[in-house]
Amino acid sequence: MRMLALIFLMLATPVFAQGSGPTPALANRQLPDPAKEAAATKLMHSLRCIQCQGQSIADSDAQMAGTMRAEVRQQIAAGQKPEAIRGWMIARYGEWVSFEPDMKGAGLLLWLTPLLVLIAGIWLARGLFRRGA
Amino acid sequence: MNRPWLLWIPLAVVAFIGGLAMYGLAVPKDEQVHSAMIGQKLPAFSLPAATAGVEGLASGDMADGKPRLLNIFASWCLPCKAEAPYLEALKKAGIEIDAIAIRDRPEDVAAFLNEFGNPFRRIGSDSEMAVQLKLGSSGVPETYVIGGDGTILYQHIGDIRAEHVPMLIEKVNAAK
Repeated sequence: MRMLALIFLMLATPVFAQGSGPTPALANRQLPDPAKEAAATKLMHSLRCIQCQGQSIADSDAQMAGTMRAEVRQQIAAGQKPEAIRGWMIARYGEWVSFEPDMKGAGLLLWLTPLLVLIAGIWLARGLFRRGA
Repeated sequence: MNRPWLLWIPLAVVAFIGGLAMYGLAVPKDEQVHSAMIGQKLPAFSLPAATAGVEGLASGDMADGKPRLLNIFASWCLPCKAEAPYLEALKKAGIEIDAIAIRDRPEDVAAFLNEFGNPFRRIGSDSEMAVQLKLGSSGVPETYVIGGDGTILYQHIGDIRAEHVPMLIEKVNAAK
């Protein structure tokens, strides 16, 4: 019985729900120039995968993330600046695709809130200490 | 303490955060990633034929003065099968539809068209999803309304259902 189960398990083929096309070469292969690869990897960690949403394209195994990694490496290899590539992605998918929101609009609030809360905290604490003294 | 109202500040902050949480629960979340390319020209691309007997697709093919639909699909995608009859209905209504097949094999595309019919004028094969990325498309299926000059006018994310057919016809006709 156990043998039979094992045989069935070996016969089972995974369902390739992501299609059967080739994976772009640069999705999983590093650039020959270590400095360029480092710049590409750094950028990949701050771009969000469209398919799996919570993960960066560096962390994700989704096909779409592979395509995005290949695009990043291609543009880096061609001498493009990382922030220009981020702009390229944002021009297609909106601010959503970047894990580093711009310092404007709602993004500005995001950056400034911790600072404002810290200032408020110091102000409150100051009042309490003065009373104790 | 000579300023007792200060005591209420922490409560106000907590109430504000609680209010945000309630608001977040009450408002339905939009988990779709919309393309930021709406209103812009199609990116330049040229894709080979996805299967024998149907021509491939280049961006220039869609700037011939006639508004149309661009359907992003794949033979391995279940909702793409579900929307097939509605694409057929759109074709019957006189709408021209071009398509891009994502990560597909010619024989699989042929089998798909055999089973569900072929409403498409041209089908380009985007085997590495490179054009999908250029379009700001986040998955399959998606359907774009393309103006006669090749401008992306509208993006429909997900499968086309019966209730979307009149809306898409109207959008294409409005672009004429």
